[in-house]
Amino acid sequence: MLGQIDGGGQLPAELEQLLQSVDATGGAAGVAEIAAPVVAWSALVPIIVLALGALLLLTLASLLRGRIGPGFFTGWTIGVGLVSFVTAIPVWAQVQGWEQSFLWWDPADSASGPFSTLGGAMGVDGFSVLLTMLIALAVVVCALVLSGFARREGDRHVEANVLLLLSAVGGVVMVGANDLIVLFLGLETLSMAVYVLAAMNLRRVESQEAGLKYFVLGAFSSAFFLYGIAMVYGGTGSTSLVDITDFLSTNLLLGGSSVLVLLGIALMVAGFAFKIAAVPFHAWSPDVYDGAPTASVAFMASVVKVAAFAGMVRVLVVGFDTFAADWRPILQVLAVLSLVGGALLAVVQTNVKRLLAYSSISHAGFILLGVEAASEQGNRAVLVYLVAYTFMVIGSFAVVSIVGRTGDAMHSVDAYRGLGKVSPALAATFTFLLLSQAGIPFTSGFYAKFYAVVAAVDAQSAWLAVVAMLSAVVAAYLYLRLVVTMWFVAPGDQTPSRGLVIPVSTGIALVACVAVTLFIGITPDPLTKVVDKAQPVVVQPPAPVANGTGDLNVDQLLGLLGEGGAGGAGGAQTPATGGR
Amino acid sequence: MRGIDAGYLVLSAILFSIGAFGLLVRRNPLVMLMCVELMLNAVNLTFVAFGMMLGDIAGQVIVMFVLVVAAAEVVVGLGIVVAVSRRKPGATADDIRVLRG
Repeated sequence: MLGQIDGGGQLPAELEQLLQSVDATGGAAGVAEIAAPVVAWSALVPIIVLALGALLLLTLASLLRGRIGPGFFTGWTIGVGLVSFVTAIPVWAQVQGWEQSFLWWDPADSASGPFSTLGGAMGVDGFSVLLTMLIALAVVVCALVLSGFARREGDRHVEANVLLLLSAVGGVVMVGANDLIVLFLGLETLSMAVYVLAAMNLRRVESQEAGLKYFVLGAFSSAFFLYGIAMVYGGTGSTSLVDITDFLSTNLLLGGSSVLVLLGIALMVAGFAFKIAAVPFHAWSPDVYDGAPTASVAFMASVVKVAAFAGMVRVLVVGFDTFAADWRPILQVLAVLSLVGGALLAVVQTNVKRLLAYSSISHAGFILLGVEAASEQGNRAVLVYLVAYTFMVIGSFAVVSIVGRTGDAMHSVDAYRGLGKVSPALAATFTFLLLSQAGIPFTSGFYAKFYAVVAAVDAQSAWLAVVAMLSAVVAAYLYLRLVVTMWFVAPGDQTPSRGLVIPVSTGIALVACVAVTLFIGITPDPLTKVVDKAQPVVVQPPAPVANGTGDLNVDQLLGLLGEGGAGGAGGAQTPATGGR
Repeated sequence: MRGIDAGYLVLSAILFSIGAFGLLVRRNPLVMLMCVELMLNAVNLTFVAFGMMLGDIAGQVIVMFVLVVAAAEVVVGLGIVVAVSRRKPGATADDIRVLRG
């Protein structure tokens, strides 16, 4: 390739000299033996399906304007979510080393067990595959909720569905990211779509205000997160978790480097804490939940938290486990503040969406207990909680989206007075989901809280477990208050005058959420068995394969450029500048 | 380490702080967007400086990714700002406070 450029003969003399010098150092053989990193495409199919599905949907909707309607959009989104879920199953089989006959491609070139692909940028392990499946299912359920919501609001546009899928792409990238920059890209893909989802309702000024607030604070936190990555890069010399863990396990960091890494960890924790809305980084969440369209909130509360917690576990527990003694106290403070702050502030709310926002802050505190444990037990607790929480919270917001009625504005607690008499089915569903959020036995919330507390106790932070259980009692009060309002208070002037119509799609979503919550609550064994096999690991990527065809390997190309570029900027070392 | 003093790191830390401070005190949504850009570009400078110190090209490659992300972020941000100001021309962050913080 370099020879061809030289043959052109039109390059400035300096550049030609530079190229020759690179040629001399790199050697002709180096260029000929350029190799490409191994890409396990089969493991990337779930991501590709989501991304292509979103882009195709947008294209189709623009080309066939007027000929396809909201029904098609919803169907497509659900289909894409389901296909993504199904294509993740063989990846799970491969990671767990199941029978090869189960796979529908030849796995000869890929060994079973967790692995890294794309030159170590994406990790494929039980953790990432399980959460990919969870996100795909969350997309399906959210699309159902969104369908009923959009029909009532008279929104016949495709954008919300596309944004749902694109945001899920970011989430899936985040749960598998083995490189901090890839994690950042996933985070931004996820967030940017959600900023727009929050500002989606053009009729309510609150919605745009929510979008703007979320955007400004989200961008602020992303910048901190990125600055943290820069610090880690400066301290360890890499952004790849594979290299970072290698580096940290073989080198003892002293002085400046250790300060850089600690600073980087602190900044990244701050960035994550914004996304999961942990106190004191929670200020945006009640406002955004209150203002954003309720169907968007269901997605925001579930998938964004799943992805952010996945990134947190992978970076902190796996990547920086050698620094656990340094970051655990930070997470303990965040957990205590979120648990206590979320529960106490929720009690004084009069708006159900804000109340649920604070309750999700207190849920984040519980999940932080699992992360803070920094153990396999803790990771299991995080996964169980994320699965349970996703379905509880989507179901709860689905109910809220129905009770909000046309205009999406009736969210005061007063609107729920006597709902049990007017819409018994809806009130019963909400009651069940609220009890699950409170952690009553026979609901998934009970086991989620149970495992989180056990993980905290096992990790020698029993005091944290005590705080968590006390705050759960306070939180139970507010859920029960809502339940009492629905069943034992006479209907008020904001209560719907007659039974609320539950759209079919939202009804399906509610049934699914209740079924999952009840199933996990009665027999948690299937979930815990799956979760046991879903530990996050960082695996060395396979060595690049030399393929002699002259394809350029990115690493080597960058290496060549690096020698040329760094030398040129550093001055006086290359023949090009030295000769003048 | 190459012979680059920590001056660039200090400079980028200062730029980052200016951006963060500006985002917190300025009320004009457009200026707030510019502050976000300033923060991201300060991080870019940090990456390049570290890349030079470590003799590693990755630091400069990352800048490309960040530039793309920053561009996309501005597009989304401006879209939201336009949506807000259509409804309320000349709105500042203080004007839009229907939601109580």
